[in-house]
Amino acid sequence: MRRRVLPGLPLALGITLVYVGIIVVLPLAALVFKAASLGPEDYWRIVSSDRALASYRVTLLCALAATAFNLVFGLSLAWVLVRYRFPGRRLVDALVDLPFALPTAVAGIALTTLFATNGWFGGPLSHLGIKVAYTPLGIIVAMSFTSIPFIVRTVQPVLEELDPALEEAGQTLGASDLSIFASVMLPLLAPALLAGVSLSFARSLGEFGAIIFIAGNQPFSTEITALLAFIRLEEYDYPASAAIASVMLLTAFVMLALTNLMQARALRYTVKG
Amino acid sequence: MADHGKGRPPRVGDNKVFRRVLLTVVLLLVALMIVAPLVVIAVEAFSRGIGYFAKSIADPDTRHAILLTVVTALIAVPFNTAFGVAAAWAITKHDFPGKRLLTVVIEIPFSVSPIVAGVSYLFVYGLQGLFGHALQAADIKILFALPGIVLASMFVTGPFVARELIPLMQAQGRDLEEAATSLGASGWRTFFSVTLPNIKWALLYGVVLCNSRVMGEFGAVSVVSGNIRGQTNTLPLHIELLYHDYNAAGAFAAASILACLAIVTLVAKVALERRGAGRVQRPSALAGADSITPEVKP
Repeated sequence: MRRRVLPGLPLALGITLVYVGIIVVLPLAALVFKAASLGPEDYWRIVSSDRALASYRVTLLCALAATAFNLVFGLSLAWVLVRYRFPGRRLVDALVDLPFALPTAVAGIALTTLFATNGWFGGPLSHLGIKVAYTPLGIIVAMSFTSIPFIVRTVQPVLEELDPALEEAGQTLGASDLSIFASVMLPLLAPALLAGVSLSFARSLGEFGAIIFIAGNQPFSTEITALLAFIRLEEYDYPASAAIASVMLLTAFVMLALTNLMQARALRYTVKG
Repeated sequence: MADHGKGRPPRVGDNKVFRRVLLTVVLLLVALMIVAPLVVIAVEAFSRGIGYFAKSIADPDTRHAILLTVVTALIAVPFNTAFGVAAAWAITKHDFPGKRLLTVVIEIPFSVSPIVAGVSYLFVYGLQGLFGHALQAADIKILFALPGIVLASMFVTGPFVARELIPLMQAQGRDLEEAATSLGASGWRTFFSVTLPNIKWALLYGVVLCNSRVMGEFGAVSVVSGNIRGQTNTLPLHIELLYHDYNAAGAFAAASILACLAIVTLVAKVALERRGAGRVQRPSALAGADSITPEVKP
């Protein structure tokens, strides 16, 4: 039997397509069009210039470092929130989302003030010979801050629903906590961890607001790709800006495909049949 | 809550020393990385006294930035909400070809850097863009004016409402709506009396998050606004301007407004999550992730 068709499809779909078309597809198509109009030689010259290459390197390496830190910190934080009971747990749980709620510019000036050489953290750190603000370390700090919630929020629900019987089975067989974690729990958490990692990494690659305050923005050492696209714009070098932005767009699409793939996998292994 | 009650064998990671060490390290990191930035905003905002704080907030440029931010949200958020509801209705209550593709396209803004969004808008409405010359000839200002700021905000917040509603409405199915229409209710009546009561908290949740992002957006707006002091500076842009003017106390005073908004958002988020909005209805592995399930039942 055919299902009864609910009303409202033309209107709802119409609104959706107009919004998506004007707000999302048109601008991105315009960017691709602009970048494509450069011609392959000019395009390649711009996106493979020394300064652009240096900016990819800084962005990628810092995003990798920030994501690695968040992998460990995010997993620990999710673990603590799910497995332990302590006073203030719900407050900490709510605070995890602060980096998403706090505007990036606000986070940027706050982190810069904390890590500047006369700041609360920057002062003591500089005595140890560690400079954070205006170095790649500052970029890593800003990237980790803005992407903390991703890994916590992807791992937390999976950890909550992990069947205690699996651990108990390991315990009855005499396995140590560490080996139960490594060979029973970690494989079950892995898909969620991977999904969180890819979201966190993608966010770090595109982050702008929080970073530009703390980065120092020196070409070849602390200039991220997003800033380079912005600078070319301010220099009225629109084709260069379009080319660099198109590289970021391409990276974003690759990350989106990867993330969707990993989430599909995560779902396949956790949905109870 | 009786997790550590008697009669239950200790679980993995319940070792006393391990537990204490992990808890201490994690809470210390939360304090350093999440709480400290919040505290430093408050301290710096009042570093030159409460008088200077009040003066900074009352400054005409700051007041204009606040007004512009609020106006932007008042336009962008309702548009985004209407879009989110329409998209969710179309995707979850109907079948049509290309549905999967549409769900993916709706998600794109979350993956795209705000800077890329801003640059893209320039190539639509700017003089070097598709419609730039036509718009100039017609004397319509979109870039470096309110419309550009609103459009860029609508891009970056695109999926916020839709991604809260789609998984929920998918889980709820179509039976209730089908019953209502078969009893003779119109489409609108069905939506307002049957669907809306079931999704109101999730809808509000999406609206709250969308609003928070619109008011705080920096990168995309920074490209399209032109940064004209007292004219096209939203609050986040105004904070940058004050900060680079070596007026840290003023910048943090303005920032404290947005920090308060962030705290209000978090409180609203927790309150709405208790009513079932947010993670509850989602497949477990996707909770909190920036993605909606493009799961389509034939």
